[in-house]
Amino acid sequence: MMNSKKLPFLLGLFLSVIFSGWAMAQGSRTVSGVVLSQDQTPLAGVSVRAAQSGVGTVTDGEGTFSLQVQSTESTLSFSFIGYITQQSTITANSQVRIVLIKDSSSTLSDVVVIGYGSVSKKDVTGAISTISEKDFQKGSITSFDQMIAGKAPGISITSNGGHPGSGSKIRIRGLSSLNAGQDPLQVVDGAPFDGYVNPNDIESVTILKDAASAAIYGSRASGGVILITTKKGRAGQTKVNFNTQFSVSKIKDYVDVLTGDQFRDYINNQSYFDFDTSYRSRLGTANTNWQKEIYQTALTTNNNLSISGGIGKLPYRLSVGYLNQDGILKTDNMQRTTGSLSLTPSFFDDHLKIALNLNGSLTKNRNANQGAIGAAIAFDPTQSVFDESNTLFGNYFEWMREDGTPNPLAPINPVSMLMQRRDVSNFNRGFGNIKLDYSLHFLPDLQISANLGFDVGKTTGTTREDSTSRNTYNLQGDVAYKGLNNQYSKDFNNYFAEYMLNYKKDISSIKSNINALLVYGYYDNKSTEDKYASFDYLNREIPNTEPLYPYTMKQTTLISYIGRLIYTYDEKYTLTASIRRDGSSKFAPDVRWGWFPSIALGWNLKKEAMFRDADVLSTLKFRASYGITGNQSGIDDYKYIPTYYLSDNVSQYQFGDSFYEMYTPSPYDESLKWERTASANIGIDFGLLNEKINGSLDLYNKHTKDLLATVNIPAGTNFTNQLLTNIGEMNSKGIELNLGFVPVKTADLNWSINLNASYNSSKITNLLAHADSSFKGQTTGSIEGATGQTIQIQNLNQDPNTFLVYKQVYDANGKPIEGAYADLNGDGAINPYDDQYYYKSPWPKWVMGFSTHLDYKNWSFSTTLRANIGNYMYNNVASNHGIAYNMAVNQYLSNAVSDVLYTNFVEKQQQSDYYVQNASFLKMDNIGIAYKVGSVFNWKNSNLTLSANVQNVFCVTKYDGLDPEFYGGIDTNIYPNPRVYTIGLNLNF
Amino acid sequence: MKYYFQKIHIIWVLVLVATSFSCSKKLDRSPINATSDKEVFSTIQGTKQALAKVYGAFALTGSSGSGSSDLGGIDAGTSDFLRLYWSAQELPTDEALCAWGDPGIPDLNEISWTSGNLLLNGLYNRCIYQITAANSFIRETGTAPSSFSEQDQEDLRHFRAEARFIRAYQYWVLMDLFGNPPFTDENSAIGKIAPPQIKRADLFTYIESELKAIEPDLVEPRQNEYGRADQAADWALLARLYLNAEVYTGTDHYTDAITYSKKVIESGYSLNKNYNHLFLADNNLNNPETILSINYDGNKTQNYGGTTFLVNACIDGSTGDGPASYGVPTGGWGGIRARSPLPKFFGDDYTASKDKRARLMLGTDYEITNQSTFAQGVKVIKFRNTNADGRLPANAGTYVSTDFPLFRVAEQYLIYAEAVLRGGTGGDKATAISYINKLRERAYGDNSGDVSNITLNFILDERARELYYEAFRRTDLIRFGKFTGSSYVWPWKGGVKDGTSVADKYMLFPIPASDIAANPDNLTQNPGYGS
Repeated sequence: MMNSKKLPFLLGLFLSVIFSGWAMAQGSRTVSGVVLSQDQTPLAGVSVRAAQSGVGTVTDGEGTFSLQVQSTESTLSFSFIGYITQQSTITANSQVRIVLIKDSSSTLSDVVVIGYGSVSKKDVTGAISTISEKDFQKGSITSFDQMIAGKAPGISITSNGGHPGSGSKIRIRGLSSLNAGQDPLQVVDGAPFDGYVNPNDIESVTILKDAASAAIYGSRASGGVILITTKKGRAGQTKVNFNTQFSVSKIKDYVDVLTGDQFRDYINNQSYFDFDTSYRSRLGTANTNWQKEIYQTALTTNNNLSISGGIGKLPYRLSVGYLNQDGILKTDNMQRTTGSLSLTPSFFDDHLKIALNLNGSLTKNRNANQGAIGAAIAFDPTQSVFDESNTLFGNYFEWMREDGTPNPLAPINPVSMLMQRRDVSNFNRGFGNIKLDYSLHFLPDLQISANLGFDVGKTTGTTREDSTSRNTYNLQGDVAYKGLNNQYSKDFNNYFAEYMLNYKKDISSIKSNINALLVYGYYDNKSTEDKYASFDYLNREIPNTEPLYPYTMKQTTLISYIGRLIYTYDEKYTLTASIRRDGSSKFAPDVRWGWFPSIALGWNLKKEAMFRDADVLSTLKFRASYGITGNQSGIDDYKYIPTYYLSDNVSQYQFGDSFYEMYTPSPYDESLKWERTASANIGIDFGLLNEKINGSLDLYNKHTKDLLATVNIPAGTNFTNQLLTNIGEMNSKGIELNLGFVPVKTADLNWSINLNASYNSSKITNLLAHADSSFKGQTTGSIEGATGQTIQIQNLNQDPNTFLVYKQVYDANGKPIEGAYADLNGDGAINPYDDQYYYKSPWPKWVMGFSTHLDYKNWSFSTTLRANIGNYMYNNVASNHGIAYNMAVNQYLSNAVSDVLYTNFVEKQQQSDYYVQNASFLKMDNIGIAYKVGSVFNWKNSNLTLSANVQNVFCVTKYDGLDPEFYGGIDTNIYPNPRVYTIGLNLNF
Repeated sequence: MKYYFQKIHIIWVLVLVATSFSCSKKLDRSPINATSDKEVFSTIQGTKQALAKVYGAFALTGSSGSGSSDLGGIDAGTSDFLRLYWSAQELPTDEALCAWGDPGIPDLNEISWTSGNLLLNGLYNRCIYQITAANSFIRETGTAPSSFSEQDQEDLRHFRAEARFIRAYQYWVLMDLFGNPPFTDENSAIGKIAPPQIKRADLFTYIESELKAIEPDLVEPRQNEYGRADQAADWALLARLYLNAEVYTGTDHYTDAITYSKKVIESGYSLNKNYNHLFLADNNLNNPETILSINYDGNKTQNYGGTTFLVNACIDGSTGDGPASYGVPTGGWGGIRARSPLPKFFGDDYTASKDKRARLMLGTDYEITNQSTFAQGVKVIKFRNTNADGRLPANAGTYVSTDFPLFRVAEQYLIYAEAVLRGGTGGDKATAISYINKLRERAYGDNSGDVSNITLNFILDERARELYYEAFRRTDLIRFGKFTGSSYVWPWKGGVKDGTSVADKYMLFPIPASDIAANPDNLTQNPGYGS
């Protein structure tokens, strides 16, 4: 709940703003009414403005508005994008009913945000998906990626797990690289920062998928671009929104491991364990479900308050949010306070527009030791959590040796891992930008803009462990030091400056519209880290932990020159061409600069004579584009420069009686350069029956050259054996379909459905400077339980990360035979590569989303489902924990997953295809119901909505592990995504 | 007011123009906490710190603590030279067996490895990494800076010779284990050309010529700092090279082996009075026998390989008086123990033997019926982290301070004796016998263990008694033709409890499949390991 100290302050602030709004309304009268479209459905967001004074408001979800005007005011103006603006005389009864007529000249005239500006939807030439507030996923939403999952084709959002604040992996149109960064560029109100935006502040999310749309972001856009537009204030009535949610998160399922009784039975009765009967005597008598011991039912409260309106002519929006989220892993907690302010004033008859956006967040985390998740799967279920005799380790059960010291190879009691550590961090971040757009007075078509932004943040934290923690026994090889009291600190400072010239001209004499843009951009990212010595719980410095380099700093600078022309002829044909030149500090001077061009065409077929009169067809547009984007992310700074660094205190070498810090050469690659992806896209947009059925279909082909991949380099060629370098090419092809239906739309009942589906296929087409048939590929995908062992391979004509496995041989009953694999090359021996084969990949062929929204009177119901098809997962939990060998080794016992009862495997069979399983799934992400109570407390414009939601409702899959959805296709110890039950209250007034 | 704002926009234009021209230089970012090659080699101190990495590359896994590694694709703690080299030389033999199921280890235990073996891959890359570090050092020190004093230049001459010695040593390891590795030298620029493969016999010639070429530039025997190679190290490697020459080239060099082992024996190095002191935490002090060692320190040279591995892997909580008594109170991983032939080299009941070298073993549970049961098998406590006076080094926990002898005089006595028996000239059997008896007199404390005649088979057994767990055994068994085939089997050879024959291809390890894949135009796999 809200911190009691902050509450009075915030209330005071809000009240003062509210009173100032009311004060302005004195000596006036109220006009109210409703705005409808031709089919009598209410129109929300219509701008209502008094003609003389300019005060205004917008209509709410019911299409209603209420406006205080001076008594002298006679006329109201109603305007809405895509509709013809209407004037209405204020009558005595002050109740207005307006029906806005669609502007037939622009059936597609919603404004779409694009890079460095916005265009009307009819002029869009690239593949763009926009998700607006009404389509966002509901429930306990703590970051924007959760809101858009399943909502648009070609976008795959994979949760990083259930840890509070852990976020997601977002991939647009499959893969475009192997080891370079693939995260899309996030741009918030024109500022290219991936800072945290409170979901409650977001108005819309626009995703630029093809190169022509994204190429304007050039070197940073290979993974696509996500543009986030936040809510803004509008001059007029002050609006307050209060939103509160309360959520309960519960674990859905545990990893299926042996119970204490099953474990005892297995150890006692399997002949394998006869080898050393001492293990049987180590069995305990308890039945401990370690997973139950480490997880909890977690509560979340999320409160948001926003106020928007205009102080005089200064439109503003101010919001604060407070989130307090417990993780389902015990001791995990996040408290985040956010604030955001936007001011959007205009001066000199709108010649100068200023937009100021400021965002801040204070996040306090208590980070649970996630090592407990894996430890709980493997810890012996016959032991109790506590062992009163073990005073050395705080009465927790630990595996001890006869001499009273802990068994150094045994895992640590998972409960003690959580309870004896306290890792608390504070992350403070602020980002924002100021954008000044100035239209010249003598040439208003030319706009000069400056966009300056900053993004700064600092993390500080302390990790403490109890003096009786097993984890900190033997620090630096010394039992004298106990516990831990370590601090950490890092920060980042990112700045950018963009200067723009934008010329827009409608030349009706030649039916032409020109929109030309020139941009210069300078982007600087700096991160620093302070390193400290380690201290024990008595704050004594632990020897040899003083860092050699206590301060590190990394800086990346990018300079860009951008030009773009959008030319529209006769509202039928639109040409968009852009070129960007980027220079990056990550590359050597001679390969530093790259050109990134794009071209796109749009053809508004509806405007052609043959379709113009086809009433059933409301929209028909054809788009085609081609462009090149670059990638430098994922490359460390300075990797082209040959340098030496000194080894640290514990890595010195002795000559004579002296120890020397070693000057160590760093691996480097002088020829490191831009990874380049060329993408082609063709698509159509269509709408039928006045957009009751609408959608788009896109085909794309992406080809990446100078692919950045971490590969084994020929031994002896560098100061390492694996290096990130430009090697190879890959190709992705796909189809995307988006369909929207409005089956019913009446005053009482409104039902909409969105379906999207995308198919993607990525293949590596080259992975060597000199292709050779003997090339066996580059192994990747490290697995647990076998350090250095991998399960995937990158090779020619294969999907990225294809599993490379032995073909398991099964007995007559269909059970896998331990150690028996097909001798694929028939040479009588089982050898790596020779007898391994390519088997499936972790990437889905099809990604689908379905959402529907049903409004009936005051009730509304919504749900979102997602499906991935064709993705496979390596069940590393089973391959690592499903064997007898690990159950009794090194003088301790370990639990196994129940799969061992079926396979009876003794030794690890890590490379068997038995563990690569079909992980296709259908998930219901969200189901919710909301009820509009309407006005409360007799506040005229108040509107109360109550809602209830469930997230992670069900999952249909053949996959045996906990969750079939995990990025990269290797299921290790995932922090489970809980099922979340949320009730919420939303009040507008 | 309007005028004012027009002025402002002009300023913006100026800012735009100004920044566009002034910022391109800002793309030249350079790292902090890093030093350019020029700077490193501009002083003799910096050069020596770079030399420390050339040496340190076989002691440490990386330069940033025990969790760091110079190599990728392998667990950092496993990626040091000695742990991998020791595992490759000892685990496939009659001396040692590891209980762990970690990938790569069972295949070494059973001589059933493939070209995908992670540990062999790590060893190969580690050897080549150290060669690359040495190449770079030799390349960068081609001309001494003008600021160098005469003494500096003299030091630099020694440094360069030592870097070439380290490189020759690692090429010898690669030649012995992998036969035909890729070849680079100081002329191979970083990141450019995939190296060609060198044939085993050609590599022999190269190593021989290098070791001879650097001899005058090395410091005289016993005159260099502890931990750095001198001429005796050079001769000791030549003697070892020549002893095994027939395996490498088909042509024997026993006379040369005698020549060079004699040079070492006469160089001033001598046997340490106490055999067991050779393997203790303070073995860097008062040690006349070790010619060159890999140096470790529990506080300043930490890693999970090296002697930390040797001490901890050989004991567990129930070994002897517990880990603290071996200097690792928080360690004792329990993994490696002797196969039954090793204690039997000291008689049917080694505990009754007068030979003090047998005192460094524990237990009488000879037979290992299950490879993963560490409790089975005689324990070897040869390497310990205690000082000669019985005390523990400062802050003793898990990391070990014991230095590992790469070359010690005792081996040279054995080389001399074997080369004489194998027909080399320049030595004589009487001297050979006297050398062997020197080792035995140290072991027995008197002359009761002296022998009056020696045979080749006796030498092989004596090498086991003297040099067990010092990473010699695989090379020795191959030289005696006993490693593969059925002439000599030992428990778990070939994966069978009583031992069985294995194919001759196992005398060479395979070139790692990953390097064949990375360098397909140049590298050909060793016979029998597929393509």
